Amino acid sequence: MTTNELTRGPVLPAPASGYRSRPAKKRRPGTSRISSLRALVWVLPAVLMLAVFVYLPLAQNFGFSVLEWDIYTGSQSFIGAENYRKMFADPVFWHALANNAWYSVISILFQVCGALVLAALVEGLRHDRWKQIFRVLYFIPSAISLTVAGLLFYFIYEPELGLLNAGLERLGLGDLTQSWLGQENTAIFAIIAMSQWQGFGYCTLLFAVALQRIPSELYEAASIDGVGPVRRFFSVSLPLVREMTGLMMIVTVSGAFQVFNEVMVMTTGGPNNSSQVLGTWLYRSGFVRNDFGYAAAIATAIFFITLSLALLQLWISRKRRVEW
Amino acid sequence: MVKRSTALGVIGSTFVWAFLLALAVVVIYPLLWMTLNGFKTNAELFGNPFALPVELRWENYANAWNRGVGNYLMVSVLVTVTSTIATVFIGAWAAYGLTRIKIPFSRTFLIVILAGLMLAPTVALIPLVRMFQALGLYNTFWALLILYTAFRIPFTVFLIRAYMMDLPVQIDEAAAVDGASRARAFWQIILPMCKPIIVSTVILNILFTWNEYLFAMVFTSGGDFQTLPVGLTNLMAKHGTDYPVVFAGMVMAALPMVVLFIAGQRYFIRGLADGIGK
Repeated sequence: MTTNELTRGPVLPAPASGYRSRPAKKRRPGTSRISSLRALVWVLPAVLMLAVFVYLPLAQNFGFSVLEWDIYTGSQSFIGAENYRKMFADPVFWHALANNAWYSVISILFQVCGALVLAALVEGLRHDRWKQIFRVLYFIPSAISLTVAGLLFYFIYEPELGLLNAGLERLGLGDLTQSWLGQENTAIFAIIAMSQWQGFGYCTLLFAVALQRIPSELYEAASIDGVGPVRRFFSVSLPLVREMTGLMMIVTVSGAFQVFNEVMVMTTGGPNNSSQVLGTWLYRSGFVRNDFGYAAAIATAIFFITLSLALLQLWISRKRRVEW
Repeated sequence: MVKRSTALGVIGSTFVWAFLLALAVVVIYPLLWMTLNGFKTNAELFGNPFALPVELRWENYANAWNRGVGNYLMVSVLVTVTSTIATVFIGAWAAYGLTRIKIPFSRTFLIVILAGLMLAPTVALIPLVRMFQALGLYNTFWALLILYTAFRIPFTVFLIRAYMMDLPVQIDEAAAVDGASRARAFWQIILPMCKPIIVSTVILNILFTWNEYLFAMVFTSGGDFQTLPVGLTNLMAKHGTDYPVVFAGMVMAALPMVVLFIAGQRYFIRGLADGIGK
């Protein structure tokens, strides 16, 4: 008999006579209701915080999206679906949506696929010390804020004092030098590149943890069969972290549709709205152009995009639980 | 056969090492550049960007501190500490209730709390602005404390609850036998047992709060009370021509989190792994 079995259940004396099954006969009809109401004390702080500061504003947002509303004069009038009609006819909205989509695609490429391969390379190293050093090094950009990373890359892209143009010139690629954040066709991609630099280490760390959980016997069996490292990756590692990869993709895409910080810091959506994303266009519409109803309509669009991704994520993790 | 595979292996591992090291340089060099620029003069900065600073001008750091970074740092520390404590206590308290106590509609409450994980803060932004203006909390410490706590509760409950479910119920029963109330069992027995996951959630919450920008910008940019991410963009706007001071400010904002991560990486990785892998 193991100690585990010893401490479990009947051997431990008295729990049954503890307060859990306290004299049921003596209990008056109202007591159980009172005690169960008292039990609510445990969840109420959390639930109330969420209800008032998360769910209530979420619901209000739908109401606001059908108003024409000037926050400074306080004038509000009901205009039905007008804000949504305006949104679907707004070229900047579609451009912002496309930028978010670019963000998702490039992030999946680098922060999911790239990070997975990278994690496999790092975990494949022989020395534990080096594994740890690389994991930590790659993560450091994720520990500094997007604001700091954004400002840093603002300077790196800066045409006069920046590293990038100076580096290109050193390499004899002077033709490629340009004002990376100042041009409509490069601004958003310069921002996305920064975000890959900042975020890939985070995903690599997560994949490294997932890969470590794969039982080492599987790798040993593969190497006995004479399987090389590349095939080992595709036929052992990849299938075993497939669900994790799916989840990471969704989390990444969801994050890509909530981008705000780095765009705000690096270009505020410019030049000429070319690097606008949904979050910054919402902000600009509400707080700069003073059109709160329209901003609320953009928020609704973000809500439905992120909600559908979250439901997809839920569905995948449900499925996984059944499989295991 | 063995020979061929070793030859291939040597070439392969050389490539892997070269790639990993090159990537490490891509990560580290910009950070190093940022740190070194914090010691330069403006003239040096606009000269050769690859040059080392002529001397270590610590006065840039002093200047950054005096031009607001000191103040932003205090605010960041205050907001981070208070909201992390509030989040972890409210979260652990709820997690205990959800895993240990018969609560009416507990399933509903659980869903209400965990569904918060799926919601994007941007969506609630506009109504929250009106709400906090009406409450008179706009541009105050309270706005950030409340928002950071509310929006971090779901993730915190998620992590701590998963950990508590693995603790045997007999512990609580034994505590009950000894005459401890539920609250006492929570504070004196269960909470200390959850220390590893509490440390993980604390680190994750500190990292989140310290670096958060959206709420910080919208809810405090009009006042004197600003956290580092917002303060840094202000420093940039106000003293935009004195770049070395801005670099010094960036280093001061980044350093605490890098140190925290390296010191607490074990707990940090555990929190991340439990958060996404379970």
